[in-house]
Amino acid sequence: MGRKLLIHNDKVPNIHTLEVYRANGGYASVEKALKTMQPDQVTDEVKKSGLRGRGGAGFPTGMKWGFLAKPEGVNRYLVCNADESEPGTFKDRYLMEKIPHALIEGMITSSYALGAKTSYIYIRGEYFYVARIVEAAIAEAYAAGWLGKNILGTDFSHDCYVQVGGGAYICGEETALLESLEGKRGNPRIKPPFPAVAGLWGCPTVVNNVETIAAVVPIVNMGGEEYAKIGIGKSTGTKLISASGHINKPGVYEIELGITVEEFIFSEEYCGGIRNGKKLKAIVAGGSSVPILPAALALTTAKGEPRLMTYESLADGGFLTGTMLGSGGFIVMDEDTSIVKNLFTFSRFYHHESCGQCSPCREGTGWMEKILQKFLNGTANESDVDLLWDIQSKIEGKTICPLGEAAAWPVAAAIRHFKHEFIEIAQKKKFVDISHYDRLNKLVKA
Amino acid sequence: MKVTIDGIEIDVPKGTTILEAARMIGPDVAPPTMCYHSKLKTSGGYCRTCIVKVTQGSAANPTPMPKPVASCRTEVMEGMVVENTINKEILEARKGVVELLLINHPLDCPVCDQAGECHLQDLGYSHGAATTRYEFPRREFERIDIGKYVQLHMTRCIMCFRCVKVADQLTDNRVHGVMHRGDAAEISTYIENVIENEMSGNVIDVCPVGALTDKTFRFKSRVWFTKPVEASCDCKKCSGKVRLWMKGEEVLRVTARKDQWGEAIEFICNECRFEKKNTADWKIEGPSPIHKSSVISQNHYTNLNELKVQVMKQQKALGFMDINKRP
Repeated sequence: MGRKLLIHNDKVPNIHTLEVYRANGGYASVEKALKTMQPDQVTDEVKKSGLRGRGGAGFPTGMKWGFLAKPEGVNRYLVCNADESEPGTFKDRYLMEKIPHALIEGMITSSYALGAKTSYIYIRGEYFYVARIVEAAIAEAYAAGWLGKNILGTDFSHDCYVQVGGGAYICGEETALLESLEGKRGNPRIKPPFPAVAGLWGCPTVVNNVETIAAVVPIVNMGGEEYAKIGIGKSTGTKLISASGHINKPGVYEIELGITVEEFIFSEEYCGGIRNGKKLKAIVAGGSSVPILPAALALTTAKGEPRLMTYESLADGGFLTGTMLGSGGFIVMDEDTSIVKNLFTFSRFYHHESCGQCSPCREGTGWMEKILQKFLNGTANESDVDLLWDIQSKIEGKTICPLGEAAAWPVAAAIRHFKHEFIEIAQKKKFVDISHYDRLNKLVKA
Repeated sequence: MKVTIDGIEIDVPKGTTILEAARMIGPDVAPPTMCYHSKLKTSGGYCRTCIVKVTQGSAANPTPMPKPVASCRTEVMEGMVVENTINKEILEARKGVVELLLINHPLDCPVCDQAGECHLQDLGYSHGAATTRYEFPRREFERIDIGKYVQLHMTRCIMCFRCVKVADQLTDNRVHGVMHRGDAAEISTYIENVIENEMSGNVIDVCPVGALTDKTFRFKSRVWFTKPVEASCDCKKCSGKVRLWMKGEEVLRVTARKDQWGEAIEFICNECRFEKKNTADWKIEGPSPIHKSSVISQNHYTNLNELKVQVMKQQKALGFMDINKRP
């Protein structure tokens, strides 16, 4: 059994209440930090822990906190990014739904480290019921004195608010999130300046993922060095993985970074193997935007080493033979899956979610979806594969925010590893089964 | 601050953007722009046509920037080295951006009032392909009436946000903005509002394409058949420095004066723009400076035949059909 630090209590009845959470050792990190540590010491522990941002980019959290500008007399803010919208990712929802106080505890401890008097939890619009759970937990925390003025009798006062988004994927991009939080249209800002210098209302701001903030709690409790002992190399600690797709046991799993991909897919402790005894065809390791990997490359790297669940090992070989850990949205596909159809679904999503601010993404995502629709209809030509490749290369890296890359990478990887499937369809040797969409359309019309 | 663009070094003040520095060197190295407007704050960054490669971030930190950057929104650093026209990747990327800008553009130039002074037309001519690879129906929008003077033709819009910035920065109360998102995003007013303020006509001048056009000039003439002259009047609301577009003695249209980049120098009020259509209203200062490569100056050339040969040479190089030799 791997160690669990974030969701070890998730099966305890009523853990969402403050009473039960406290009885299970909750809010110890707040007590420890506020009573025995200076804010900078908390930041140092996070730096020592090697914690990396769990939202997808994997940027070292301690370094991000270190970048925060601290001018005199200017408010600083901590914003929790709970706009979890990446297809295949649902770990933050699980955490907030089951143990909301873990997030709030992390918010208080992190805010203490950053010197933020106010913090916001920006929850995606579709998670309105989760927002209610978190709001109820915040009310409990206020009543018990964990939030508000002079927490635990110290000088530290803190207010935490929940803001529900309108339901846009783009608002998970940190600057779009800040725009939305300010009450504007959720368009990404042009960087620089980065939020650490001018974020929410022009003030220095740190934006962290739910899981990152929750991970601060065990780091403060056990010490950064102890936390860094878990994992391999620069991938320290535990990570929540949202496992979905054609596996026997889909769900949210907490893993120690460093287990093999094979163990994660096939062991009984985690996914429990491919369902119905089928063979593994491909995985998407970190949410829909990271490159898809065929089975052989998913289990071993191009060098022949076993592929591990770490930031480095998954990225081994770059995008030619590797992928990314991303947000941990682990999608498993069995041998019957059509990569083309799957890619269409992803592309449709990015077309729908493009904010429309900059031209390559606004125009390109729609074009790619339309070409993939041709593959589904069986009217595509072989030249369409090259065209698709060309369009994605014209989007990648040319946009304001990473949504352009998120839309381009899956297309590039699918063509790179499964070009034969596109060609077969273009040559009319095979067709994509789209009866599923017909049934859906009938349901929508009825 | 010293910055090198395409191998040419220039000294610029702190806070200058790469684009401005390139424009100081000259039009040969200046990247094309669609959404940037020098007189509007925070404009630019959206269209991505001005992307350049920064091969050296600064003298202190010489690492190159990993992705192409929007030159209009990136400030120069001491010792920065930028590649624009000498970088093949950038030219290829820019072609890609132009292609993407054009796939949903109606290409109705023959009936568009903007033709001849349209930035997208120029950009398509200089960076576009002769044919399109886009085979699907183009995006279309319903026309919305936004007021007495301005025609909104959203189908032609490329989402440069300049008209939004004009309303934000010149008027107190912006009533139009961007609705919806992605490729369904459109410029519109909130629930059939009309844009009614003294400076509303400036949205026409900042629109790089024919999405916002002058209703008083609609279908009156192609711009290259009119002669631009600089004129001025005593106006209490604006500087009164305008450009008249004349056909004979008739004033067909009044616009703001534009610089060599096609950007308005000083914004003018609606009274000057729409109400004063007599030469008696104006003090004429002289002919407007128009670049000789512009189609607007074509009627004022004496050696037209030489120009024709030049144009045909360019068109052949771009793979266009020779209109004189029809099959």
